[in-house]
Amino acid sequence: MIKSKAKKNITTAVLLSLLIIYALTIIYPLFLMFITSLKTTREIFTNPFGLPEKFNLSGYVKLLTISHYLKYFKNSLIVSFVSLAIVMVSSSTASYILAKYNIRGRGFLYLFFVAGLIIPIRLGTISIMRMMIGINLNNHLMSVIILSTAVGIPFGVFILTDFIKMIPEELSNAARIDGCSEPGIFRIVILPLLRPALAAVAIVNFIPIWNDFWFPLVLLKDDSVRTVPLATALLFGQYSTDYGLVFAVLSMASIPVITIYLIFSKQFVKGLSSGALKG
Amino acid sequence: MASLQRQKWKPFMVLFIMPAAVIYLVFLLLPIVDSLRLSFYSGTGFIPDKFVGFDNYVKLFTQFPFKDRFWNAFKNNIEFFLIVTVVQNFFGFLIAFLVTRKIPGSNFFRKISFLPTTLSVIVVGFLFKLILNPSWGIFNKILSGIGLSCLAKPWLGIPSTALPVLAIVVSWQFMGESVLFYTAGIDAIPEDTLEAARIDGANPIQELFHIIVPAIMPIIGIVTILIFIGDFTQFDIVYAMATTQANPAFSTDLFGSLFYRATFSTPVRGGWGMGMGAAVSGIMFILVFSAVLIWLYFFKIKRGDEE
Repeated sequence: MIKSKAKKNITTAVLLSLLIIYALTIIYPLFLMFITSLKTTREIFTNPFGLPEKFNLSGYVKLLTISHYLKYFKNSLIVSFVSLAIVMVSSSTASYILAKYNIRGRGFLYLFFVAGLIIPIRLGTISIMRMMIGINLNNHLMSVIILSTAVGIPFGVFILTDFIKMIPEELSNAARIDGCSEPGIFRIVILPLLRPALAAVAIVNFIPIWNDFWFPLVLLKDDSVRTVPLATALLFGQYSTDYGLVFAVLSMASIPVITIYLIFSKQFVKGLSSGALKG
Repeated sequence: MASLQRQKWKPFMVLFIMPAAVIYLVFLLLPIVDSLRLSFYSGTGFIPDKFVGFDNYVKLFTQFPFKDRFWNAFKNNIEFFLIVTVVQNFFGFLIAFLVTRKIPGSNFFRKISFLPTTLSVIVVGFLFKLILNPSWGIFNKILSGIGLSCLAKPWLGIPSTALPVLAIVVSWQFMGESVLFYTAGIDAIPEDTLEAARIDGANPIQELFHIIVPAIMPIIGIVTILIFIGDFTQFDIVYAMATTQANPAFSTDLFGSLFYRATFSTPVRGGWGMGMGAAVSGIMFILVFSAVLIWLYFFKIKRGDEE
């Protein structure tokens, strides 16, 4: 008995140390990025591994003075929030119909939507670019907003349809007896219950939308419409030898997503895991 | 379901579905179909307007310099995909297996594993470019520090190491996704099943191979197909670590970077015009589409037959 307990402790210790090594390979590069962004250029070379002698924000200050970084940040916020809002509204109404009404073509419509989960929108880039030029949205944030919305909708429908199916029909029937219209049932009965699922849809979609680099690169040309990833790439290219600045650029791009993930990781894991299991 | 009576479409239903359906159809599905159409056209201007049938594809497969770049990207992309698949599935499953054991702090490890996946590929690519570069070169310094200075080299400057390095960086970043998926799969195994096996005297190894591995087979399929789709359209990592020229000597060129260069670069920098660009994306479409069909066949339809 004692022997087996000792054996168990050893096993736990081995497993734990493997996990700690793994965690270090994750954390160390990110840690290195942040501490290096707080060093002077001289320190970056003379003391690459150690902590900075004192926190030096000159990289960040320089970033804010040589570029319109706050503008890029605002652009990214606009793209993310507007497209997430449209995704949440449009996919919850569509999911409500697909989940609750046995209409002709509903199986097909559901497949039509979820197929988008595995269709890479990049393959339509040439046609998208021609279309955006045609409707004069080229070089306009709206182009990236619309595309981000289109990419977000399949996941929205996928998660929300399932979630709405699980809401008991009795709730809707009770509202019907009270004289509630069908669209009214969606607003009064369904929508308030959707909050956790909508949170999952928002957070899972937020990360790829915030990080998108391809469409901003292809569609947005002017400085005034740059998003954070596009600005990151252009600043990196332009100042690649100014290490203090470059590390500040990378850190600034990472802090928002890392913060959001750490706050909402529960919703995030729930949203993605359900996708994994249903496949 | 069949027993339930079919309902008639009502105007509000159309209204509820339309916004999502139209945006998704017009800005995602139709552009892909239209790009396929454009791959049969050629022209010197911005808009390819001359119908040339399969000419673009024939050029891509058989004519210099198109065929050289094309087959090179093809070979590189397969190598890239294989490395990422092996690394992400193996370590992803291993980590998921570890965090689902009763280990102190397993929630912390679960949470941490996803951290890199939340970052922009651009940021991760640039970060590792700095870590690996020979002038600042933290990575080579670490190697020297642990007595492996013989291994120190300009990792991104040598054709034979550059592509594997890119693949490993991508695996590092997206490992969290595999860990999350495998963890979800292992967590979903009912406790009774494991308990019953233990009562029957199964040791942890038998438990692993007879219960856990069969249960997560479908997850291997999902993880692998997602890697396939991501890798065969991957562009950002090449842009960040090897520029759109896929340095050194096109050794890191993938379909994504080839597509970008062919479509958007000037002829001097590798531009081939919109028609040829559309043909490259046409091939990417065929590859992704075939992979999805194979995945559906092995992991969906077959499984459905057995049930």
